[in-house]
Amino acid sequence: MLGKTAGSLYWMARYLERSENNARLIDAGFRIALTRSNTAAAEWRSVLVTAGQDYAFRQAHQDYHSQRVVDFMLRDPANPSSILSVIKRARDNARTARTYLTREAWEAVNTSWMTLGALLRRQVREDDLPDVLAAIRQQSGLVRGAFAGTMLRNDGYNFSRLGTFLERADNTARILDVKYYLLLPSVAHIGTSIDNVQWETILRSVSAHRAYHWLYGTEISALKIAEFLILYRQMPRSLAFCCDKMNDNLGWLRRAYDEETEAVRMAASICRDRLSRPIASIFDGGLHEFITDFLRANAALAQQIERDYRFVE
Amino acid sequence: MQRGKGRGISFFDEMTGQGGDVRSPYRDYSDWFGREDAARIQRKTQQAEAFFRTTGITFNVYGEDEADERLIPFDVVPRIISASEWRRLSRGIEQRVRALNAFLHDIYHRQEILRAGRVPVELISRNEAFLPMMMGMDPPGGVYTHISGIDIVRTGADEFYVLEDNARTPSGVSYMLENRETMLQMFPELFAKISVREVGDYPLNLLKSLSACAPPACNGTPTVAVLTPGIHNSAYFEHSFLADQMGAELVEGHDLRVVDGRVAMRTTQGYTPIDVLYRRVDDDFLDPLNFRADSMLGVPGIWDVYRAGGITIANAPGTGIADDKALYSYMPDIIEFYTGEKALLPNVPTWRCSEPGHLKEVLDRLPELVVKEVHGSGGYGMLVGPAASRKEIAAFRAKLEANPRNYIAQPTLSLSTVPIFTRAGLAPRHVDLRPFVLMSPQGIRITPGGLTRVAMSKGSLVVNSSQGGGTKDTWVLED
Repeated sequence: MLGKTAGSLYWMARYLERSENNARLIDAGFRIALTRSNTAAAEWRSVLVTAGQDYAFRQAHQDYHSQRVVDFMLRDPANPSSILSVIKRARDNARTARTYLTREAWEAVNTSWMTLGALLRRQVREDDLPDVLAAIRQQSGLVRGAFAGTMLRNDGYNFSRLGTFLERADNTARILDVKYYLLLPSVAHIGTSIDNVQWETILRSVSAHRAYHWLYGTEISALKIAEFLILYRQMPRSLAFCCDKMNDNLGWLRRAYDEETEAVRMAASICRDRLSRPIASIFDGGLHEFITDFLRANAALAQQIERDYRFVE
Repeated sequence: MQRGKGRGISFFDEMTGQGGDVRSPYRDYSDWFGREDAARIQRKTQQAEAFFRTTGITFNVYGEDEADERLIPFDVVPRIISASEWRRLSRGIEQRVRALNAFLHDIYHRQEILRAGRVPVELISRNEAFLPMMMGMDPPGGVYTHISGIDIVRTGADEFYVLEDNARTPSGVSYMLENRETMLQMFPELFAKISVREVGDYPLNLLKSLSACAPPACNGTPTVAVLTPGIHNSAYFEHSFLADQMGAELVEGHDLRVVDGRVAMRTTQGYTPIDVLYRRVDDDFLDPLNFRADSMLGVPGIWDVYRAGGITIANAPGTGIADDKALYSYMPDIIEFYTGEKALLPNVPTWRCSEPGHLKEVLDRLPELVVKEVHGSGGYGMLVGPAASRKEIAAFRAKLEANPRNYIAQPTLSLSTVPIFTRAGLAPRHVDLRPFVLMSPQGIRITPGGLTRVAMSKGSLVVNSSQGGGTKDTWVLED
């Protein structure tokens, strides 16, 4: 397949994943802003930092007012990372790769762009926000379903999956990066549990607060949350899960192309050297250092994929 | 329904003819329609629009916000052509396309038709689409117009005219296919009742036809690719649609480069040669080294590969000379010169404003004529005399006198009408027809029917989509 088409499928998937992640971040931020008005500004700031939009936001706005943050992240056309901008880029990439998409997959992306475009045409009122965020999640579910149900499992499919998991790993690692201080052992010493609302925010931003309880019961500890988000291989947003999937997709390409690329080696090394160890050893080496290193390795892998598979010349 | 009247001209309606009984090709449809609930058809019309939107069958209008992707209006009433009408049309079209190819070959070789004085030399030497670099070139398979669109209008039960020839890069075939797909989804019962000839095999035939023109350098199954200017081009939907349906790669200039004497595309595993390039990019933009240096759409060096037999370019460079409207007026002579037969489908009588006698007559009769630029397309830059104001006519007269060579004129044709579905019931609207013709060394293949374009507003004779025209599904009935 064309390198450009592979790149378009990969970026389409990254943008779709990003829109869904950002919707989840807004949801988590919105909840905390509703329940704790005194820390709302700080919370919105950390949401913006996690989404990589804080700098751009501060260029345009004076304070972290809920309505302004939400509007900026949802629909500001001047914000290249707003959900509206990101969905548009996802759809442009899908159009470029149109010949590699099934009719159902293309229509799901296109419908998602049309539906969200209509939904976000005007500023979203606070009362409507939960519905709008639900609609965003629902659209991405429809796109995922159309892909899973109709796409050939060929190289194009594997490139799009690579985009999904690379973006998702980046997102989960960023959440940890911004919130890691809450999980440090000094704060969560034996006997002191971390702030209920805070941990819930973290788990909500990866849609896993129910799953956590299901798995660990009522005990909330920093160590367990970190283990859950970093190493737990059955959690579809954990770093280990995403990394396994990337290895699967790259492994498929290695076999199909009969080519051992640098990207294949890098992905294997991330899994082997960083994610195959007990959580205690990660804490021993420093949680923050671990996350910073992971983000760097993940970004380097992204660049290597673009080079190895000739997305651009 | 009555035979339409407008501005003193009367029109032939393809459903009701002279205003009497329903004509036989429309009889089964009309019976069905008479029993249908209008509200249901109204609902289906809205569904069709939603279908076009979600499928992304939209076109971008130059100069407008890119978010503003427009739909071409689609009308649910089919345009129906009988088997015998189609036999007659397709014979005439085939003859015309053969003559066009013979003409192009001659112009780029011995130019016998010019020596014989049947076509004036300056129509070629002054033709902007003439490519001296094509002189003596033999395109693979000897084919110039792999894909052509012959625009046809009807003015009476037995009167058909060729309005223009599109030998460069005719567009619209994706609408023909999607219109049928839409009709099949909306009214499956109609197709069970009425035997309509299939059009859906066009992409496969296109692929076969292009593959049959593979260049000498090709070994094995030819690799076909579609070259598009990109997602912001107004016809991008069609480019991606055709590539998709053929299972061909859709490439842009920056995906291609010349590698080891072949034009190759950058794949995830390195560069792979292309054998046949169905380009939807104009000649000027094909090769910045040999044509326009500022073009980013093409492939530097493709021309040299082409000359050396390393790639087939479809349509061949330089075919655009045949789209010239002044040259069009010589088509009956051209057909006779190469086939030895009279043209089966007549031309519309045409005044060449370059000739003083013709110009004088045109200027005298401007309010009743249609005047077109010789290189114009898309309905731009033309005067429809009967529909124009005095002021518009005066302004056009000045342009015409300043540069007569740039124009031809034709009588205002009383284009046939076909009903469209409106809230108030069926209403006649003017139509034309663009059949699509494939040519390869194995022969000529014409898809039954083609794209019917329809002027959506009452009385309008302009069917171009850029001017608000719509489309209809076109049915050719089985015998």
